[in-house]
Amino acid sequence: MNKKDLSLLVLILVVGAVVAFINPRFLYVGNLSNTLNQVGMFGIFSIAEAFVIIIGGIELSVGSVIALLGVLFIDLIVNHDVNWMVAFAAIIASGLVIGLVHGALVTRMHIQPFVVTLCGLLIYRGAARYYTEDATAGFGFGASFPTLEWLTAGRTNLLGFPVPHSLVALIVVAAIAWVLLHRSVFGRYLYAVGKNEEAARYSGIRSERVMVSAYVICGGLTAFAAILFAMYTRSISPAVHGSFYELYAIAAAVLGGCSLRGGEGSIVGVVLGTVLLQVLQNLVNLLGIPSSLNFAVMGAVILIGVLADQYLVQRRQRVSTAKGRTQASLAAAPLEG
Amino acid sequence: MTEPFLELVDISKSYPGVVALDHVGLAVSPGEVIALIGENGAGKSTLMKVLGGVVEPSGGRIRVDGVERNALTVAEAITAGIAFVHQELNLFDNLDVAGNVFIGREPVHGGPLRLIDRKALYAKTQPLLDRLGADFAPDAPLAELSLAQRQLVEIMKALSLDARLVIMDEPTSSLTLSETDRLMRVIAALKAHGVSIIFITHRLNEVMQCADRAVVLRDGRMVGALTRAELSPAAMIRLMIGRDLKSLYVPPAAPPGEPVLDIVEAVTDTYPERTVSLSVRRGEILGLAGLVGSGRTELARAVFGVDALRGGAIKLNGEAIRVTNPRAAIDHGIYLIPEDRKGCGLLLDVSIAENISLPDLASYLRYFLVNTAQETKNARVQREQLKIRAPDVATTVGSLSGGNQQKVVLAKWLSMRPKVLIFDEPTRGVDVGAKQEIYEMLRRLTDAGVAILMISSDMEEVIGVSDRIAVMHEGAISGFLDRSQFSEHNVLQLAVGHAV
Repeated sequence: MNKKDLSLLVLILVVGAVVAFINPRFLYVGNLSNTLNQVGMFGIFSIAEAFVIIIGGIELSVGSVIALLGVLFIDLIVNHDVNWMVAFAAIIASGLVIGLVHGALVTRMHIQPFVVTLCGLLIYRGAARYYTEDATAGFGFGASFPTLEWLTAGRTNLLGFPVPHSLVALIVVAAIAWVLLHRSVFGRYLYAVGKNEEAARYSGIRSERVMVSAYVICGGLTAFAAILFAMYTRSISPAVHGSFYELYAIAAAVLGGCSLRGGEGSIVGVVLGTVLLQVLQNLVNLLGIPSSLNFAVMGAVILIGVLADQYLVQRRQRVSTAKGRTQASLAAAPLEG
Repeated sequence: MTEPFLELVDISKSYPGVVALDHVGLAVSPGEVIALIGENGAGKSTLMKVLGGVVEPSGGRIRVDGVERNALTVAEAITAGIAFVHQELNLFDNLDVAGNVFIGREPVHGGPLRLIDRKALYAKTQPLLDRLGADFAPDAPLAELSLAQRQLVEIMKALSLDARLVIMDEPTSSLTLSETDRLMRVIAALKAHGVSIIFITHRLNEVMQCADRAVVLRDGRMVGALTRAELSPAAMIRLMIGRDLKSLYVPPAAPPGEPVLDIVEAVTDTYPERTVSLSVRRGEILGLAGLVGSGRTELARAVFGVDALRGGAIKLNGEAIRVTNPRAAIDHGIYLIPEDRKGCGLLLDVSIAENISLPDLASYLRYFLVNTAQETKNARVQREQLKIRAPDVATTVGSLSGGNQQKVVLAKWLSMRPKVLIFDEPTRGVDVGAKQEIYEMLRRLTDAGVAILMISSDMEEVIGVSDRIAVMHEGAISGFLDRSQFSEHNVLQLAVGHAV
């Protein structure tokens, strides 16, 4: 855990403590479990977004993909009697294909990622609404998929605390993503391409392939999140389901230390960023702040957080350059003397 | 000859560790065409930047119309009638010709909106076009003009500012022959109107064609001026060189072996009508000399697979290989140390160890993951061998000096058993001590059987380090030199396209 992650954790604890002090219901088991369920679902697609941001791209179609694939998933298992495991695999595959198309458009056709994924945002949302004729897609009365429901939206009691399975899913995803990003060769390539694509190419990295892979991973994880949301809400209004979720994802990634220029960010940071956003959401509910102010509170806290971080980074740099100079002269002296 | 309106007296400029200009004097009279010549790094551009007000001299005086100053600001230079036509043109692709000429000074209709008066704009541009005999309209979009035409737009911009002196930095370096001819006519026309010209060039025949006077710089000093009567290519070359080169040369342990890298009739994007053929032998350092823009970097990029080769073939140990991207070149054991260290060679805010392992991460695997212990260990070995001066291999490379950064780039490849190493300006921005260490490393590598192709614009380096020199001129090899033929004179002759 780096310094940035640590300060984010401190911020979460401070905000949490303040909320708990004003309204003790924050710490009720039911509330915590619900909040963690949200963290699980939001965390997965935020990690998806982080992959793309780390290579210097952006993915704006997350929310629309969650709506479209969610609708399709419910349609497959409810109206077409497809085995849920087959449907699950088909949806994940669709997510991967969406990522592949985005990646190909960015690297082969050289269209800016913002534009590609903005078009995706509009297209997938429109497709979802058209497919259901703007009607709500949901499980019919009495329809039941006990195993699937237990796996995705269920909770397991652990020492008296109902642990939501979406949180378990997030922990697994985050652990794999952490190893991939911070310990594997592929992770090194992702960061290298994000920091300086030209230098990465000169070092023999097939940067286009790396970039496409990031979009594919993002698509796959978003599809997974889409299934979790579908099973959690049990009914989807395609016009609003998942809207603005790409912004939650970008916000979590930025809070977690990702730079939109690419090449930076950590998985721990992104998860903590997601936690902070959900705690803030919870804060609005529990403190009786009008829910219309929801986004405004989040925006204000992110802005303050980023400003504070900027200030700390600059201060640290000033200190370390001063220190670096003395160190460098100390280190250089015996070598050159 | 009329009185000079502009005089530079005893101009000096030093940067930390480097004297760029050393008591240089230059006087410009109205309607005079002065050619400024000298090798790469002789101080030509710095001198012109002093005139343009971009660089403040550390000593000397500048006299404009009898008023003496220590330095000019950009605004004062413009008021004095000094205009610049840069090598990289400062024009706006999205505007038309007139819009570019009068950028920031557009004639406007009255009223609070200050809308641009297009009619007046075009009317003011047309006479300038006529004066230069240009073959395009004032409303032609700049994006549709050729490079030569864009250059005329820059000159028009200068004239519209009532320039008395137009400085051109290598104006013909990217022009075709007929375009060059037209530029020469434009220069003559400007001269007839009493406008003075200073142009920097490497092409001595152009100097012969249009200069009234040639001023030669070498190592920041003015080493001579030739009047029109004295002008000859031989006289100019004699002035441009004539410095004793310290001998850096260490002979190879064994005579060079068979060719390792053969470049056969390679065609690059920059010079599609020229081909380059050369071969580098086992255990030899082949210096690749030539002027900036002669196509050497482009050749290196094509061999390394950064750019596509337009034609021809690359052979490694006699077998043709296909190099479509840098990975393919690297897998064949061909490595490039690029000219642009910060942009292409390194990840600046990443540690030394991670930079070194980047091209070869596959060999650091343990259970699919990067073995950081082995990575650190190897980096420490390289730091030791190459004498990289850094507190630790976890230090980010951005904080290192130029020489140590270059050693990190080198370390990347040395841990991977190179067959062919291509250096593009191996010691640019590298301090003297580190330079010597890099040269020693080159020799150690060739003695171990590596073939080295060394692109260099540093004459001392090319002559002092190479076993053989190939010289490029405008996209083709203009000649090869063996050690017995090594001299600055010969290299320079070939570099400007003359036979030795």
